[in-house]
Amino acid sequence: MKTCLVVDDSSVIRKVARRILESLDFKIVEAEDGEQALDACRQQLPEAILLDWNMPKMDGYEFLRMLRRMPGGDKPKVVFCTTENDVAHIARALHAGANEYIMKPFDKEIVEAKFQEVGLI
Amino acid sequence: MTPEDFDYLRKMLRERSGLVLSVDKQYLAESRLLPLARRHGFASVGELVAQLKMPSCTLATEVVDAMTTNETFFFRDKIPFELLRDSVMPALLAARSHTKRVRIWCTAASTGQEPYSIAMTLREMGARLAGFQVDILATDLVVGALDRARNGLYTQFEVQRGLPIQLLIKYFTKVGEMWQIAPELRAMVQFRPLNLLYDFSTLGLFDLVFCRNVLIYFDQSTKVSVLDRIARQMPDDGFLILGAAETVVGLTEAFTPHPDKRGLYRPSNAGAPARLGAPKLAVRA
Ligand SMILES: C[S@@+](CC[C@H](N)C(=O)[O-])C[C@H]1O[C@@H](n2cnc3c(N)ncnc32)[C@H](O)[C@@H]1O
Repeated sequence: MKTCLVVDDSSVIRKVARRILESLDFKIVEAEDGEQALDACRQQLPEAILLDWNMPKMDGYEFLRMLRRMPGGDKPKVVFCTTENDVAHIARALHAGANEYIMKPFDKEIVEAKFQEVGLI
Repeated sequence: MTPEDFDYLRKMLRERSGLVLSVDKQYLAESRLLPLARRHGFASVGELVAQLKMPSCTLATEVVDAMTTNETFFFRDKIPFELLRDSVMPALLAARSHTKRVRIWCTAASTGQEPYSIAMTLREMGARLAGFQVDILATDLVVGALDRARNGLYTQFEVQRGLPIQLLIKYFTKVGEMWQIAPELRAMVQFRPLNLLYDFSTLGLFDLVFCRNVLIYFDQSTKVSVLDRIARQMPDDGFLILGAAETVVGLTEAFTPHPDKRGLYRPSNAGAPARLGAPKLAVRA
C-alpha cells in the first residue's frame, strides 16, 4: 500500500482528501503546514504528497523546495491542491518540482485522474 | 408520459439519431426531457411528446439533443493518443511523404475535447510533422456541442479531467473562470454538424478516423452501416480508432483489428466491404 501525505491547514479538506485517497487504497499521513510536513518526510518519505499552497508557518511552495533538496526528496510525487488557479502559480509550482496540480474545488474524479497522470495509480 | 408516448419517443430518437433507448429507460427520458419541457412551458414530458406528434412541431432537434450523451474528456483512455503518436502518425508520415498531407476525421467530436487532444498530440510531435499539412475535421450531431467546441472554452473541472498540467499551461489561457484553448490549436480543427446515419460520401478520404463512444448507442445494423460507410471514406492504408467498449468483430469484414494494438483497425483489402442498402440521402431537419 502506498502512503500519501496530505498537507493542508484545513481539517475539512484533509478529511475530504483522506476519504478520497483511502478509497483509492492509499495509507494517509496528515500535516497541517509545511513544517509538520517536513518532519513527517524526515521520518519516512511517502510515495505521494497532496499539497496545499497557502498555509501558516511554512507554505506549500517553500516546503516543496526544501523537500526536493532532501536526500531522496526527489522521489515523492507531489500534487499541488490549491485555490491558486492562475498560470503563474502553476508554472512556479512545476518549476519547483511539482508533478501535477489540482485547482480547488476538487472531487474524487480529479484526484484519481491526476494521480493516474503521475503514475501513482 | 404514457407507454404510447414513450414508444413514439423511442421510435423518433432511433430514426433521427440512431439512439436505441431500451424499454426500461423511461426514467432516463423523463429526467432528461423535463427541463426542456418546462422551458417550453409544458407541465410534463407527456405534454411535450404530445406536441412532438404535431406535424408543425419544431422541437424534435431539441429533444434529440437533450437525449444524446455528450460526455467526453481530454485524452480519454490515453492509449488512442499514444497510438496516434507512436504508431499511426509515423506510418502515415512515411506513407504520405510525397503528398505531405494527412486528413483526420473525428466522427463524434462532442464539445471538442477529442479533436483538441488529437491537435495537441500532433503539436507535441513537433518537427517530425514539419512540411506536412494535417487537417482535422470534427463532426457531431449536436450543433450546440460543436458551438462550444469551436469556442474552445472549458470549465476548471473539464480541464482537470485527463489533461496533464503541462499541456494546460502550454496550450490554454485563463479567461475569467474558464480556460480557452490556443487559437493555433483551434485553427487546426474544422467543426461541422453531421449525422452519421446519413450519407457522408462527399467528405472525401481520411487517412485516420476516430469513431469513439458513439457506436455503443446504435443497434447492430446501424453500427454495420456506419462502419461500412466509414471504410469507403478511407484508403487501404488508413487507420480506424474505436472506443474502449467498441469493436468491428462480429459486425463487419470491412475492417480488421490490428494484431497487437487494441482499439486500432485497418481497412481489410481482402474482400470488399459488405454492401448494405444505400444510406438515406437526407439532411438533418
Ligand atoms: C459520449 S460522446 C463521445 C465523444 C467523444 N468521441 C469521446 O469519445 O469522448 C457521443 C457523441 O456522439 C454524438 N452522436 C450521437 N448520435 C450521433 C449521430 N447519429 N451522428 C453523429 N454524432 C452522434 C453525440 O452528440 C455525442 O456528442
